[in-house]
Amino acid sequence: MEIGLAHYLTVSAILLTLGIFGIFLNRKNVIVILMSVELMLLAVNINLVAFSSFMGDLAGQVFALFILTVAAGEAAIGLAILVVYFRNRGSIAVEDIHHMKG
Amino acid sequence: MVLPEFSYALPEIFLAVAAMALLMLGVFKGKESSRTVSWAAVASILVAAGLVLTGDLESRITFNGLYQTDAFTAFMKVLALCASAIAIIMSMDYNSREKLDRFEFPILMVIATLGMMVMISANDLMSLYMGIELMSLSLYVTAAFRRDSVRSTEAGLKYFVLGALSSGMLLYGCSLIYGYTGTTNFTNFQQIFAAEGFEAGIGLIVGIVFLIAGLAFKVSAVPFHMWTPDVYEGVPTPVTAFFAAAPKVAGMALFIKTFMIPFGDLIAQWQQVIVFISVASMILGAFAAINQKNIKRLMAYSSIGHMGYALVGLAAGTPEGVRGVLVYLTIYVIMNIGTFAIILSMRQRNGMVEEIGHLAGLGKSRPMMALMLMIFMFSLAGIPPLAGFFGKFYVFVSAVNAGLYALAIIGLLTSVVGAFYYIRIVKIMYFDEEAEGFEPVNRTLAVLMGASGLFTALFFVYPAPLLSGAAAAAEVLFR
Repeated sequence: MEIGLAHYLTVSAILLTLGIFGIFLNRKNVIVILMSVELMLLAVNINLVAFSSFMGDLAGQVFALFILTVAAGEAAIGLAILVVYFRNRGSIAVEDIHHMKG
Repeated sequence: MVLPEFSYALPEIFLAVAAMALLMLGVFKGKESSRTVSWAAVASILVAAGLVLTGDLESRITFNGLYQTDAFTAFMKVLALCASAIAIIMSMDYNSREKLDRFEFPILMVIATLGMMVMISANDLMSLYMGIELMSLSLYVTAAFRRDSVRSTEAGLKYFVLGALSSGMLLYGCSLIYGYTGTTNFTNFQQIFAAEGFEAGIGLIVGIVFLIAGLAFKVSAVPFHMWTPDVYEGVPTPVTAFFAAAPKVAGMALFIKTFMIPFGDLIAQWQQVIVFISVASMILGAFAAINQKNIKRLMAYSSIGHMGYALVGLAAGTPEGVRGVLVYLTIYVIMNIGTFAIILSMRQRNGMVEEIGHLAGLGKSRPMMALMLMIFMFSLAGIPPLAGFFGKFYVFVSAVNAGLYALAIIGLLTSVVGAFYYIRIVKIMYFDEEAEGFEPVNRTLAVLMGASGLFTALFFVYPAPLLSGAAAAAEVLFR
């Protein structure tokens, strides 16, 4: 079987859905949310690289490199905020993040 | 090798260099440098605004099509820069009193402002994304800036998680748009979509909807508003004042620019989506604020509602509508500066307070402050002849002229509902039993209050400069 563009797009759509559901359905740990965010960004990268390679246009791959770089920065900031939060609260369980409501 | 023309991006380059220089200044001067760095940050932002104003107002594209400036971007940049500068000025006194005076704070705001300028000037999906991330990453850090408070760090965490989700959706939209058009450049989009017989496929439409979702998060429009109340309540008040003004301007500028220039010919595809989020934001902003007791939370719902009103002008998709949005945003920013100057003055002997109940009897204990807050509340509610009324007036007229009658009527009805909670604050100030009074108002805040109060009250006397400036900026998008 020939692997075509549609296959790549399907994988990427599944990964994106997994990422979004990981953020909303997860009740345990904020680290899992950070992993889900990375999953979403990787799904986007698969999409961009697949399009770029099938169209023979380099812009998509350049875009993917930018996204990888920013994702690293984003993960660093997310973890930093998480550490500060843990110091105050002593827990990173998702169900404990409810100080403000309404 | 031919270098791109750098001079068009002079304000951005200046601000980036200034941010790094300020960082060095802060590091070498050590602990006591917070106030110096803050004033230097304000000065460099104002210099950047000067560079924008003295620069070329014709449409210029550089950096291989990634970057574009014209009268519209200049208008939005000056607005965002002024809002940031004033937010830094407002933060200084609060920060030193609350022991938050670290020099990183103004620098983070300068970097966030730089991100906003890149967003406003973006002419390509890549520069759009880089600008958004530069702004958002700095904002996540400022949100969690009070490191020893559960509320501030929780707000930062929520903002980060939902912000990352929204950038993921925005990027997915960008990847689909790229895949179905073969380019990421706005100028190329315009040519493709304007071509005879072009039909938008389902992939492209899904991409545009994802892009709208990502942008709607940045301006906190329903259904992507969930972060707003918690973040506004949890973060330190000067940060709330900052969040309420400048990032909204930049997000709205990006909204207008993206949907008027590259996707302008696809208006039939995106108009319904914008109408939906606009109606939903107006309704939620009006009803959810009614039961709030915390004034910062109330301002969060108020800003959701106001973004809904501003989107009415975008939904119209005409030069008149865009002019309405620009006037609306300017007035909104000024009203917000005034209101937050008052919220920052809600200080009793034991520290800052945020409950609306603490305003009781303000009319007797501090008549000037009460008068100013009354002006802002009436203006936010849209009662003539205050400035807020004109903002609403122009967007609603543009919606009616574009045939969106239902949208204009819903807007009018929700502003009537919204008036209830604004006027309730006025009632609490003037007719309720006196509560413990506030400490004297800081002079800087008093000046800001007075200036924005005067603008809000007397806008109707001489509205011409703002109207013509906004009209000139809006015209550029429809050439």
